[in-house]
Amino acid sequence: MNNILAIAQKELKAYFASPIAYVVIGLFALMFGFFYYTLLGIFIEQGMRMMGLQGGPTQNVNEQMIRPLFLNASVLLLFVLPMITMRTYSEEKRSGTIELLLTSPLTDVDIIMGKFLGAMALYAAMLAVTLVHVGVLFAFGTPEWIPIATGYLGLLLMGGCFISVGLLISSFTRNQIVAVMATFAVFLLLWVINWAGPLTGPTTQAVLEYLSITSHLDDFTRGIIDTKHVVYYVSFILFGLFLAARSVDTERWRG
Amino acid sequence: MIEVQHLTKRYGPVTAVDDVSFRAERGEILGFLGPNGAGKTTTMRILTGYMPPTDGKALVSGYDVQDQPIEAKRRTGYLPETPPLYPDMTVRDYLDFCARIKGVPRNERAARVKSSMERTRIADVSRRHCGKLSKGYRQRVGLAQALLHNPEVLILDEPTAGLDPKQIIETRELIKQLGGDHTVILSTHILPEVSQTCHRVVIINKGRIVAVDTPDNLTARLRGTETMFLQVDASGANPTDALNVVPGVTQVRVAEMRGPVAALEVESETGRDVRRELAAAVVSRGWGLLELRPMRMSLEEVFLHLTTEDAATAPDARSGGGAHE
Repeated sequence: MNNILAIAQKELKAYFASPIAYVVIGLFALMFGFFYYTLLGIFIEQGMRMMGLQGGPTQNVNEQMIRPLFLNASVLLLFVLPMITMRTYSEEKRSGTIELLLTSPLTDVDIIMGKFLGAMALYAAMLAVTLVHVGVLFAFGTPEWIPIATGYLGLLLMGGCFISVGLLISSFTRNQIVAVMATFAVFLLLWVINWAGPLTGPTTQAVLEYLSITSHLDDFTRGIIDTKHVVYYVSFILFGLFLAARSVDTERWRG
Repeated sequence: MIEVQHLTKRYGPVTAVDDVSFRAERGEILGFLGPNGAGKTTTMRILTGYMPPTDGKALVSGYDVQDQPIEAKRRTGYLPETPPLYPDMTVRDYLDFCARIKGVPRNERAARVKSSMERTRIADVSRRHCGKLSKGYRQRVGLAQALLHNPEVLILDEPTAGLDPKQIIETRELIKQLGGDHTVILSTHILPEVSQTCHRVVIINKGRIVAVDTPDNLTARLRGTETMFLQVDASGANPTDALNVVPGVTQVRVAEMRGPVAALEVESETGRDVRRELAAAVVSRGWGLLELRPMRMSLEEVFLHLTTEDAATAPDARSGGGAHE
């Protein structure tokens, strides 16, 4: 455990020692702020219009504003998370520091978990910035907090999947540009894989629907923690990390 | 203690290390000598558990690096060919991180980092970022990293590469000190380094061991015959005949005549010291003996001899080694 923490801390420090952490958090906050501003504007405008009507549908800030905000944020992750994971292994391979890690008394699990937790910590810091926006809603209104909490949980889990895939891809190459592009392509594919569903048979459609990483986020943003989705995300993360660990191991055999 | 048994490493069709076996005892400094691409780095990487061998096994302090990697790695300090530094970390942070992942207990960590920095003379750059260091400092930070956990075995891949002459001398001194209670394997292609620091030398070429011996024995062994170099002032006379009759001398060659002075190479039977007789023969004729010294093959010549000739004809070639060629 101490080894995992040592590597996680080293990873986190490395993010903040390079411009990556600032660029990633800054750009994410900027885009999130834009979505927040526009969604809030639309929500208020609708509210104004509804005020004239009697007995119309009541407004719900959770359903009409926060849920779309979370779904938009999940699109942002598609672009931002590859930047977090691109250097994890590529950089170590390029600079030769991977030799230090692999010849120190560490297990593969120590290394991969340390790197995963380091990236997750940066991702969590990125999400923490958005608590400010949500806090403003609480200051001026009365949103329900449960769907917000589960929404964040869903985003964390989904981001975890992306990070585990990103680690895997970063372990394939010593070139960070290749890593970032390949990661982005795979994320996008995981995102839209269920679009192919209607073209195939009902069984394949169900499989593709299940594989699609976004179809599992929906319930979280509604305030539902369905074990089905939790199992999907957690097993996805563990499988990605397992493959990454194997990939690093085969690298040794190939030399 | 390091033990390597029949180690083989193949990369696809290329055999980088071919059936290599050797031992290094505690307190011994073993030099690993060979041209570039001979398999030095590959052997070291297998020893440190960085990559697995295709065949054979390696033991560090009795632990198999494949079967008990954590135990073996705990006892190994490794300086790779390129020092594995994180450019964004300060030297102190870097060494602290290394100490953590090498399992140095928390309460000893600061002291271990400090003593490593002092031994490798890098305390003055402890706050600098690793990426901003000169080549010499990088190399020494890498060495400090290898010493941190006070390992029983030190594996140093070209520890003096990139250092200036003063630093090279300091580093060699440090390695000699370390040899006292550690087992040290160092690779190099700088020959004087081997004769100055190592107790024994393994010469490796094309993945095979061509010789294992002390530096002195290696240079001596390749002299099939003893050869003396003489300068004699014989006032223009040719001293060949006079020296030929000395018992034990097999051949006399005149290398050069410079005015009255003749430079001669005298070969004699192996194991027979003819220096006294030679001197007496010269002096008794009233000639001046200007120089008399044994001609030994330098380690350079030994090395070139061993690595350019077919392995099978070289002394101590691995049995059956020539069969593959």
